Amino acid sequence: MRYVKDVALVIRSKNAGPYELTFDLMFPDLNVYNEVRHSITKEKIAALYQIDESKVLSIIHFEPAYAVKITIVRPRPSGDLGETDVYGAQQHTPLFELTY
Amino acid sequence: MSLTELRILSPTAILGYGFPLASFHAGLDRDPHVIAVDAGSTDPGPYYLGSGKSFTQRSAVKRDLRYMIEAALTRKIPLIIGTAGGSGAKPHVDWNLAIVEEILKELKLTAQVGVIYSDIDRDFLIDELRNGRVKPLGPVDELTEEDILASTNLVAQMGLEPIMQALEDGAEIILAGRAYDPTVFAALPVMKGFDMALALHMGKILECAAIAATPGSGSDCLMGTLSRDSFVLEALNPERECTRISVAAHTLYEKSDPYTLPGPGGVLDLHETTFEQLPGGKVRVAGTKFIPTEGYFLKLEGASLIGYRTISISGVRDPIMINQIDEIIARVKDRVADNFQELRDYQLHVHCYGKNGVMGQLEPHPEPAHELGLVIEAVAPTQEIADTICSFARSTMLHYGYQGRKATAGNLAFPYSPSDVSAGAVYKFSVYHLLKVDDPKSLFPVKMGRSGL
Repeated sequence: MRYVKDVALVIRSKNAGPYELTFDLMFPDLNVYNEVRHSITKEKIAALYQIDESKVLSIIHFEPAYAVKITIVRPRPSGDLGETDVYGAQQHTPLFELTY
Repeated sequence: MSLTELRILSPTAILGYGFPLASFHAGLDRDPHVIAVDAGSTDPGPYYLGSGKSFTQRSAVKRDLRYMIEAALTRKIPLIIGTAGGSGAKPHVDWNLAIVEEILKELKLTAQVGVIYSDIDRDFLIDELRNGRVKPLGPVDELTEEDILASTNLVAQMGLEPIMQALEDGAEIILAGRAYDPTVFAALPVMKGFDMALALHMGKILECAAIAATPGSGSDCLMGTLSRDSFVLEALNPERECTRISVAAHTLYEKSDPYTLPGPGGVLDLHETTFEQLPGGKVRVAGTKFIPTEGYFLKLEGASLIGYRTISISGVRDPIMINQIDEIIARVKDRVADNFQELRDYQLHVHCYGKNGVMGQLEPHPEPAHELGLVIEAVAPTQEIADTICSFARSTMLHYGYQGRKATAGNLAFPYSPSDVSAGAVYKFSVYHLLKVDDPKSLFPVKMGRSGL
């Protein structure tokens, strides 16, 4: 069992509009990208963020950037009552626990 | 005469974020056909759209605009500003227009200024909602008439057409309200007959300026050169370069799907897009397609007032208290509710930094650290009620007698006196929907006028 964070160049989160939160994982080359990408599943993401799988909207593989993009429903629209991170830029760290 | 290539200078990611003059001059040396800049974003949250205020500072916007206006008028090339004032509603556009007029007077120049408002009339939108021409965008509820009426500002993102109209009408400076980010970069190329898909895709990258370079920066320039079958991106600061990866990676930024990028009238399809590294830190992009949607849809954005906020910041160091923090917060909330039974309309929330302050319910490890930062936050229909609730919650927590307490003099460490801050109006996004229109221009009339001197 190896950690995705040990091979990823970038692991980040950001709003994709006020209602969605998107995560980008970028890898250094095609080999690593191909080795890791299929192990990133909706089930794992839902477990890491303690959300229902239906809230994981998509997992998209984007070869031009050797990247995997994950998008989930925001816990609340950006800036709504109870907001903790208006830009959504610090929601990525559970992904450090992702394994492949 | 048919142009073989069209050069576009994007000075900065957001008007007011700044740029090094050396980069800007390097861009001018490449003889651009247009200078364009995106001035807005929904990222800073609903407050700015709702309140009509800009999230950028006036003096910073004026500094950036002054160089752009002087360069554009001297070179007789258009300057196009999108999502003026940060959110693009009328108060934002008028704020930005006043800055443009002030600069023109100071420079002793005049210009044809085309102003394009993007505000949507509430009654019109209610009619369109009843006509079934409005639908949610993403994980959003169906729009209601109450949402429309409650919105203090309500805008639609314009496509290319209104900006092309302003160019055709002879505008030298275009100040557009809420605009789909790539449009300010793509309008002139499309008007000149260049491929719309490539022009929009190039605009999609240029709107963030040097963020697409490496090392990335939101306050540095990027140059785009569009030809008939591709476009080339170039950083203008020798400290940065565009790489195949930096440009491709940028396609992911702040979007949910990098292959299909929806906009007014259609989607950009990147399934066959190629990114090719060129010598000299440049990247060539080709192969992007534009697929028109059935019907022309505009993105609507609205924000409404939900109350007024008061906050109090403090720290907790006592381990006996930290171990019971959730329970203590719950008891304090009960105490506040009991004391103000007639005030039901408030929200009381305690952010607990050092535990789950950043991620809230998404936090997988809510074990508290050895010290916690607390932000007590009250939101209520009036500032006075918010002040009252926050103050009472703060004093209750300060003296709350929790289980096993040894420190009986006070539970909270306050960095400030006064401990409470009235933080003002609070807004939420109330409209984030699509509106079907027959004419892409009808909601965005161009107002032309001569400004300056």
